[in-house]
Amino acid sequence: MSTHDPGGIGAGGEHGDEHLASSGRADSSRADLYMPGAVLEEPAIVDVADVRPELANPELVDAMVAPDRTVHAKVGEPLLQMQNVTVQFGGLVALDDVSFDIRRGEILGLIGPNGAGKTTAFNAMTGVYRPTKGQVVFDGSTVGKLKRYRITQRGIARTFQNIRLFNEMTALENVVVGSDARHRTSVPGALFRTPRHRREERDAIDRALALLEFVGVGGRATEKARNLSYGDQRRLEIARALATEPKLLCLDEPAAGFNPAEKESLMDLIRHIRDDGYTVLLIEHDMRLVRGVTDRIVVLEFGRVIADGTPDEVTSDPKVIAAYLGVPDSELTADEGGTGADRAAGPTTEGGSGDASA
Amino acid sequence: MSTSTPAPQTPEGRPTSMPPVGRVATKDRPHGGVGDRFRLWWDAQARPTQWLIGVPFLIFIALVPILNIPVLTTVGTNFGGVMAQFGMIALIAIGLNVVVGQAGLLDLGYVGFYAIGAYTVAILTSPDSPWNQTDEWLSKDWAWLAALPIAVAITSLSGLILGSPTLRLRGDYLAIVTLGFGEIVRLLADNLDELTGGGQGLRGVAYPRVGVTEELPNGVFSAGNAAGTLNSGVWWYWLSLVFIVISLLLVGNLERSRVGRAWVAIREDEDAAEIMGVPTFRFKLWAFVIGASIGGVAGALYAGQVQFVIPTNFNVINSVLFLCAVVLGGQGNKLGVILGAFIIVYLPNFFLGRTELFGIPINGNEIASYRYLFFGIALVVLMIFRPQGLIPVRQKLLAYGRELYVAARRAAQAATRSGSDDGARPGAPAVATASGTTGAARPTAGGTRTGESTTDGEETR
Repeated sequence: MSTHDPGGIGAGGEHGDEHLASSGRADSSRADLYMPGAVLEEPAIVDVADVRPELANPELVDAMVAPDRTVHAKVGEPLLQMQNVTVQFGGLVALDDVSFDIRRGEILGLIGPNGAGKTTAFNAMTGVYRPTKGQVVFDGSTVGKLKRYRITQRGIARTFQNIRLFNEMTALENVVVGSDARHRTSVPGALFRTPRHRREERDAIDRALALLEFVGVGGRATEKARNLSYGDQRRLEIARALATEPKLLCLDEPAAGFNPAEKESLMDLIRHIRDDGYTVLLIEHDMRLVRGVTDRIVVLEFGRVIADGTPDEVTSDPKVIAAYLGVPDSELTADEGGTGADRAAGPTTEGGSGDASA
Repeated sequence: MSTSTPAPQTPEGRPTSMPPVGRVATKDRPHGGVGDRFRLWWDAQARPTQWLIGVPFLIFIALVPILNIPVLTTVGTNFGGVMAQFGMIALIAIGLNVVVGQAGLLDLGYVGFYAIGAYTVAILTSPDSPWNQTDEWLSKDWAWLAALPIAVAITSLSGLILGSPTLRLRGDYLAIVTLGFGEIVRLLADNLDELTGGGQGLRGVAYPRVGVTEELPNGVFSAGNAAGTLNSGVWWYWLSLVFIVISLLLVGNLERSRVGRAWVAIREDEDAAEIMGVPTFRFKLWAFVIGASIGGVAGALYAGQVQFVIPTNFNVINSVLFLCAVVLGGQGNKLGVILGAFIIVYLPNFFLGRTELFGIPINGNEIASYRYLFFGIALVVLMIFRPQGLIPVRQKLLAYGRELYVAARRAAQAATRSGSDDGARPGAPAVATASGTTGAARPTAGGTRTGESTTDGEETR
């Protein structure tokens, strides 16, 4: 795995172009890739580092982005524990007695074929679904019946598989909405603009700008979210999630629709986030990306955990190979490929496939 | 694994004609029309300059009813009275805008809050009411002023009572429930005969008694002050302007804070907002309560000015008319909804009693009586050609960081000025790179643009 140069993290816009170019259809259909029939125009680009000179220093940006809240779990100890979690939708068992840990300071990959229960597990952690049985313990206490915004305030932040930004807000405002989760003042403070409220607002904006620089969309801070390129929108989602000062950052297929070069720079960003002190849970289809970036992988199939270990252990596990990566033709028996082979995205064949879901 | 890296990502594979990311349709262009140019210019002004322009403009707006501008003045009705009505509807539009425009909660029963505000004042101060306080410990002179905060408190409370069970609903369901609320309030007013006087209404509602002279024994706010330019309508208009300015400042403070951002986030995607840590229910309730209290102020003004409240004045059609003002003016835009309110109130009155317009003989009364038809047509036309309203929203949700936005707009303006070269811009991608975390080199073609932008931004600070 070649390491990208550090500039690549910031080059969100550039990769947008590469994405088009590398998909090999740039000339024929570039206009309708994002917005059919849209008139191409000059976007407003603002140089954040000139407006806020301190943000030109990447170390300072890292320091501003870094989590500063107390986490009870020590580095390496379980931060989130899935304890025998079962999630049922009527008769459908989406998660069946699933147990695994996310340890503080690691990047955990959660993989599995389509319909394996990855997103359900994710939703159970972030409070979208309540477990039918079992419990989710986060940083020493159960997530249980907390309201969803409370769970975010407790320190679990997520991005969405299908991007869900606030489209009519600017990139900066989107991120500040995330920081608002940490605000202490509410309507009375805002109504009369108390000193504390003003301090919080100022801090939120400064941190949001640092976050935008951190993920590499600082130049688009004042652009409406819907006008950002696909890649930048994904990065903006990560920035917005980080703005809530999470202890655990959950990324739901952040590389969906990315080309290999964009994936590469996303991997750098994810590593950078981990190195900055966050714990990351990564749900992803792309084995190359998962193997390249994660410290540990949990494999789900049909709602059960079938493997849990380092990337090398997991990818050499015969059960995983059979279930997820597909059975080689030579070993194929009477069942004509089965479900696994349909979705085979083997590490060697993956690169060219470039995700049709884009 | 490096074998998977495809060739086309190399620089030569990138077509040089590619524009940078961020494609904006022409009609969404943030820096296009006259309004946007004005906005840009306005944002670029320093605070004192804004005050220097804003205050005289506000004084001009306040003086409109007594300046007697020939084109503007109404023929059939007292212009001061029209402006007073405009002031009240403008206040309502501001309140409704918080609920509908900002938080995106379709409220079809807003007239209910207006009615509650009006009836609170009437019940407390009308001699017809069993709970009349003016005979006992309240002097008639300041009874209206004393009833005002009570009216606001009660309407806020009614917002809370209506909101807490219903704001779990979304979209159409909420609209239906609020529609019902508006009707319930009116029917209660109609049927609680002992308290509200039923269909007879309540007469003799108190009003502020100031400026008492020999000619005006009841002060300038009394209905008796009907003659001349400085009639009671003008005074009520000025009083409403005071409340409009106060509520604009307070609502503006909310808009540029976490509250305003929460509202817009809820409007955009409620689930995503909640997952991002926004207590959505609480902020929806706040929107309802704040909207209701502003409606209560308007209701109190109405009761005081007309000195008479009856249930028929609080029909559902009024709710629709208020909503019409908001949609017409531009949902979410505070100044837009004020313009919408002006159109709604002023246009019918403009035609009232007119027999000719620009030399063409017309039957003004006839036109005025068809006002709902015309508003309907106007809304349909508006929805087709300008669905965002006459003055579309450009929400400002941040209290700080203005220099960033000014810099960005300058950059965009400079870009539109310098370039019709939409096709070939080889250096363009470098601009996007320049804002990266390295922050080192910000070179090339974009350098001139960004450089220019930031110097402009600094000047304005």
